[in-house]
Amino acid sequence: MSAVNLQVKDAADARLAADSLAEQEMFRRPSEWRIFWEAFRQDRLAVGAAAVIALVCLASLLAPVLSPYDPTVGDNSLRLAPMGTPGHILGLDGQGRDILSRLLWGGRVSLIIALLPVAVASIVSVFLGLVAGFFGGKVDMVIMRALDVFFAFPAVLLAVAIAGVLGPGMLNVMLSLTIVLIPYISRVAYMATVTVKNELFVDQARVSGARPRQILFHHILPNTLSPVIVYGSTLVGIMIVLGAGLSFLGLGITPPRPDWGIMCSDGRNFLSVAPHVSAVPGVVLIIVAMSFNIVGDGLRDALDPKLRK
Amino acid sequence: MLKYLVYRVATIVPVLLGVSIVVFLMMKLIPGDPAEAILGPAATTEKIEMVRKSLGLDQPFYVQYVRWLWKVVHGDFGTSIAVNVPVAQLVWPKFWNTVLLTIGSLVVCMIVGLGVGIVSGTRQYSWFDRISMSLTLVVANTPAFWLGLILMVVLALRLGWFPATGMYSMRASEKTVGDLIHHMVLPAITTGAVSAAIIARLVRSSFLDVIRKHYITALRAKGLAERDIILRHGMKNALPPIINIVGLQVGYLMGGALFTEVVFSWPGIGLQIYSSIVARDLPVVQAAVLVTTFVFVLVNLSTDIVVAALDPRIRRA
Repeated sequence: MSAVNLQVKDAADARLAADSLAEQEMFRRPSEWRIFWEAFRQDRLAVGAAAVIALVCLASLLAPVLSPYDPTVGDNSLRLAPMGTPGHILGLDGQGRDILSRLLWGGRVSLIIALLPVAVASIVSVFLGLVAGFFGGKVDMVIMRALDVFFAFPAVLLAVAIAGVLGPGMLNVMLSLTIVLIPYISRVAYMATVTVKNELFVDQARVSGARPRQILFHHILPNTLSPVIVYGSTLVGIMIVLGAGLSFLGLGITPPRPDWGIMCSDGRNFLSVAPHVSAVPGVVLIIVAMSFNIVGDGLRDALDPKLRK
Repeated sequence: MLKYLVYRVATIVPVLLGVSIVVFLMMKLIPGDPAEAILGPAATTEKIEMVRKSLGLDQPFYVQYVRWLWKVVHGDFGTSIAVNVPVAQLVWPKFWNTVLLTIGSLVVCMIVGLGVGIVSGTRQYSWFDRISMSLTLVVANTPAFWLGLILMVVLALRLGWFPATGMYSMRASEKTVGDLIHHMVLPAITTGAVSAAIIARLVRSSFLDVIRKHYITALRAKGLAERDIILRHGMKNALPPIINIVGLQVGYLMGGALFTEVVFSWPGIGLQIYSSIVARDLPVVQAAVLVTTFVFVLVNLSTDIVVAALDPRIRRA
């Protein structure tokens, strides 16, 4: 009797379990990543821009393989040869160096000069913004008021001044851009933290007995990341432009190593006879910076449920 | 409003103090001894020690800072290492040249930015809107120095419409306003282009926001002319964010003018900072950065106050 009963109960349990599985399957939400990807995919412009960035990154990465000539050694017989010269699709610069090869090698420098400071500044800023926003009070005041001071400087001026004081060099440029970026990204992380901190689900977690550390890392941190990532991707474009500006002023990397800013600057003496020397790297720089901008907008729209189409 | 005013003015005092500390430390942190730099490599140890003492370099940092700040507040920025004249004499005239350039670029970006933004915002998805928004995206990502070079080659060197460099013609017997404006056109466009693009995009989205509000629909239903609706009623509500961004752009223009000034040899504070960095003339860099940042802070403060005056919601917050 009891055995039969048990069997029946097991069968009922099994049926129940099967039902709930089917139910789960029915009501299962697609993962956050999937929702984001579906939304981002709709945005043709952003996908195109992302493809451009991927292509440029790949080409720069493969510069040693792809570039047809040595970027630092010139052929004086072909100085300033125009675009379409046989063997030199994009022409040659004032020292007879192949512009395509210099673009590929220069991309490595220009991209890293922009990407690394944004990445480092984002990590520092998320930490600062999170701590200031979550703990509030004196911690908030010390961190945010200190950042206000750096925020008070015009960004371009601060970058030029720091890079100028430190002296030329790739590391110094990246350091100056990182310092310039931190107050801006920190504000974004801080605002996101303060907004999320007051949401009901955080109260719920607290009432359920979650420790501050759990609340901070499991509930608040994930919600501050998306605005920082969106802002960061736009900033990469701006940093490519600003980094090129520093190189143009001679505060960036030291010749003969190329980067896109130095290439624009090198061509300035031949502008009226061979405008392509300066124009080509300028156009590449604009396209890449713009692509980061478009991807940033696309990310923002795809990550924000209200803006999803 | 008065309470807000007092509060906002009070908040910038610690910021300005902080700025002065950062600028002071920035110049202290660089390697090398100013006394050695002044005297050159042949100086004896006693001589260096003497100069260090006369410059106050033997004192602790905070004493040096307070002394320096005291002098700065009284308009004394020290002496230029490179040209041996008082820094204030060197920096102030340059500063006013930059202010002139900033005003010029502000005019450019207000006319272009507001004009394009309003037309685009009121005719969303029209051809004008599509083309101008694509263009603003390109321009917003164009390095100012590169744009300056291109404009210089095409409009100054090839076509000869504008002078390529400087503020006044060398040959002119006196400095006239017309000559100044003629020299200013290209630098002003170069400096203002990025801001114009940013302002145009913001004005557009601000107008799109307002134009969908119910009160606009109500005004349309009442039969008001579209022009009056946009310029008199729409404008009022679209304005606060626009003023906010314009204020921010003024600061950006002052900093961004540096690249323009270098390209066009405009004798402003940016060019001065650049040439002083190259010459390692740090007292000049220090003073120029300090003065520009102070003005930047004051501009931002006035922007906030204007916005608060226009929008009662902000001063209550």
